[in-house]
Amino acid sequence: MNENILEMRSITKRFPGVVALQDVNLQVRRGEIHAVCGENGAGKSTLMKVLSGVHPAGTYEGEIHFESKQVSFSSLNDSEDLGIVIIHQELALVPHLSVAENIFLGNEKSHGGIINWHEVNLAAAALLEKVGLHENPVTPVGHLGVGKQQLVEIAKALSKDVKLLILDEPTAALNDDDSAHLLGLIRDLREEGVTCIIISHKLGEIAAVADSTTVIRDGSTVETIDMVEASNNGEDLTRRIIRDMVGRDMENMYPARDVTLGEEVFRIEDWHVSHPTQRDRKVVDGAELNVRAGEVVGIAGLMGAGRTELAMSVFGKSYGRDISGTVYMHGKPVKIESVSDAIKSGIAYVSEDRKRYGLNLIDDIRRNISSSALKRIAPRGWINENEEIAVAERYRGSMNIKAPTVMSVLGKLSGGNQQKVVLSKWLYTEPELLILDEPTRGIDVGAKYEIYSIINKLAASGKAIIVISSELPEVLGMCDRVYTLSSGRITGQLPVEDATQERLMELMTMEKD
Amino acid sequence: MTGTSNIIELLTRNMRQSGIYIAFVLIVLLFTVLTGGTLLSPGNITNLVLQYSYILILAIGMVMIIVAGHIDLSVGSVVALTGGVAAVVIIREGMPWWVGIIAALITGVLVGIWQGFWVAIVGIPAFIVTLAGMLIFRGLAMQVLDNVSLSPFPEEYRQIAGGFSNGLLGGPGYDLFTLVIFALASVGFAVQQWRARMRKLEYKQPVEALWLFAVKVILVVSVIMAFGWQLANSRGLPYVLVLLAALVLIYGFVTQRTVFGRHIYAMGGNLDAAKLSGVKTKRVNFLLFVNMGVLAAIAGIVYSARSNSAQPAAGNMFELDAIAAAFIGGAAVTGGVGKVQGAIIGGLIMAVMSNGMQIMGIDQSTQNVVRGVVLVLAVAYDVWSKKRASVSS
Repeated sequence: MNENILEMRSITKRFPGVVALQDVNLQVRRGEIHAVCGENGAGKSTLMKVLSGVHPAGTYEGEIHFESKQVSFSSLNDSEDLGIVIIHQELALVPHLSVAENIFLGNEKSHGGIINWHEVNLAAAALLEKVGLHENPVTPVGHLGVGKQQLVEIAKALSKDVKLLILDEPTAALNDDDSAHLLGLIRDLREEGVTCIIISHKLGEIAAVADSTTVIRDGSTVETIDMVEASNNGEDLTRRIIRDMVGRDMENMYPARDVTLGEEVFRIEDWHVSHPTQRDRKVVDGAELNVRAGEVVGIAGLMGAGRTELAMSVFGKSYGRDISGTVYMHGKPVKIESVSDAIKSGIAYVSEDRKRYGLNLIDDIRRNISSSALKRIAPRGWINENEEIAVAERYRGSMNIKAPTVMSVLGKLSGGNQQKVVLSKWLYTEPELLILDEPTRGIDVGAKYEIYSIINKLAASGKAIIVISSELPEVLGMCDRVYTLSSGRITGQLPVEDATQERLMELMTMEKD
Repeated sequence: MTGTSNIIELLTRNMRQSGIYIAFVLIVLLFTVLTGGTLLSPGNITNLVLQYSYILILAIGMVMIIVAGHIDLSVGSVVALTGGVAAVVIIREGMPWWVGIIAALITGVLVGIWQGFWVAIVGIPAFIVTLAGMLIFRGLAMQVLDNVSLSPFPEEYRQIAGGFSNGLLGGPGYDLFTLVIFALASVGFAVQQWRARMRKLEYKQPVEALWLFAVKVILVVSVIMAFGWQLANSRGLPYVLVLLAALVLIYGFVTQRTVFGRHIYAMGGNLDAAKLSGVKTKRVNFLLFVNMGVLAAIAGIVYSARSNSAQPAAGNMFELDAIAAAFIGGAAVTGGVGKVQGAIIGGLIMAVMSNGMQIMGIDQSTQNVVRGVVLVLAVAYDVWSKKRASVSS
């Protein structure tokens, strides 16, 4: 038997006007963890769509061999029948259905069309045990966190006798703990003979878990690296992958900057927020923090620590209830009852979920950028559309938004460019404080560097900046000062010189006394 | 790029919006041929305007509601209620005609406040609130009218829907005043287009070549003048057309060029993002429904004036015509997309089809089937063009 479970040979996929994949080859050995890396838009997702039959046979050129047989899939069902299961970045679970129902959705255990719920729940419990998720199978999926939902997806894949499991950015939305658990699970699956393709931007993760790595750049394969061999040769794997991805050496992940601190811009005192539906649950408990002009302050915390909740409750009470505490701008207390109050006070909040909370994806760049500060282009109540275009063009230039025109629809841009549009939108409100919630989530290395550079430029121009991030290296690389948050409480505050990943993690996991 | 953009770019850039104009022209041509030219005759064009004006008025408010991501099923009942209130005030109570109009408009505002309260403040889906409204306001219309129809209205009231401004300047067999008004409208259009072009050049934006610009303006002006000529040769300029034109201009401006208008589109495109961008969504939703109530009242006045009576069953199914007009005119079922001009063209497509088929003597049942098929095809085109647009992502 061939030792390669999967061979994709000379795959070329064209869309009207673009060649998305050009002569791509991918060989995956049986029983290995194979990473696929590349910048956003490099063609990773297209390649996986070709493999899983989302782009049916005939719409691309080239051959796919699975378990030594040439295959051609005309739909997702065809590939699943052979044991190829893909788990997408955006989870495909139904929040109102239970864990067990989700696991067997489309694959119900029935006798003559009638479902035996007892059997389903038992089978689900067995699968949950396997993926290390200790939850009742009748719990609605919507009640679980993202990390646990990811595990439910894997349990669902396992229920289908998976031979080749494809994970698209599985840890993008997970904190370090959950990521570690997930990667451990993938290793366990490898022991059981499940081959795994993992698409990820987190290179440290890939270096830790992958047996081989294929790098794609601009729709073509750059190389496949045998990770074991390469690391035995003492190579810096992360560095090699980055070089392959961007086509050049990335000297430093984080651009250097000069820090000049000014007066205090923003401060909150005694900030309390309760959960919107469970009133007795405190999501933020007596938080105090401040930021000075020109300063980048990090908030580090695990998922569920209350980071986003803290930011959104400050930003015009957009989250939670029974909010109490005082916000000071430039030392004076301000009253912020709504989002428009917050904008008027000079606060901007860039959400961690840009698709849901940041952008109107069906509208164009121009109108997204102006949407929070329409008054600036409509001084007398009606909009000067020419001025609006000019503003958008200015940001397209200064932020390096890659799009043919400012009339391009947001939904068609890559994650990095969407993020630049969100940033432009908030910069146009002329804020004094920018709260950036996971500003580099789901965007590629090159675009990350650009975002970091933008943040540095903003700080240098005297803005106060709060960066919320679950990637500790990012916090350490970007910030001047770091607050740690655990269970809604600020558990520590360190200048970045004194902070290490270990020290931060210790504070982030500090229990309530 | 400060150069000029070519025709193909101009046509393809707004396929979804321009497709509707092309379809409209084709349908007009088709029915002109099928009716042997009767469709575009002076008398029939006048008739068309009078007969469908109230649907177009409703469509203006409906498209705004749909863009915001809602729907309004109650407007037909509101037409009956507001017309009924006007009739009771004027005919039964014997008050002056203008008091009746004010009473109808106030009724429309109250209806809007009621529905806006439930949709915007309480947060009940508009489908449910307006479905309930459909029952409530139909019921109230029956009660107000004691289940009988009231007629006739005084002459002044009837003038709203049936009046013409003709003979003011006299004329040799055609109404000169109508032509003067249309000529003014043409000049206004040309001047406005020219100023917009100059503004674009000032901001160094691409504009179409001068000859293309000229062709476009001449084409539109000739359509306007031809329309005016036909009206002048019939009964002159209907007041209701002036009302409709004013509404289209005002609402076109409000939706496209004001902060309020932008907020409607932002909410329909992504409600959560709109909230976090500082849009006061409750306020916008509330005002949208109040606005719809007022427009439904105007439609109610026009309709009762035209039929010279107020009936408890008036306006039945009007909501569906207005909704169909919005969707045929390119509004997206999911919200965020749609234009007032589009809805007007969509309404005119329905009007031309109904009117053409009536002239041809096709019975009501076949008419319904044809109109239903056109509605599905129009939305299918919309879905298809959206799919095509997103195929590369």
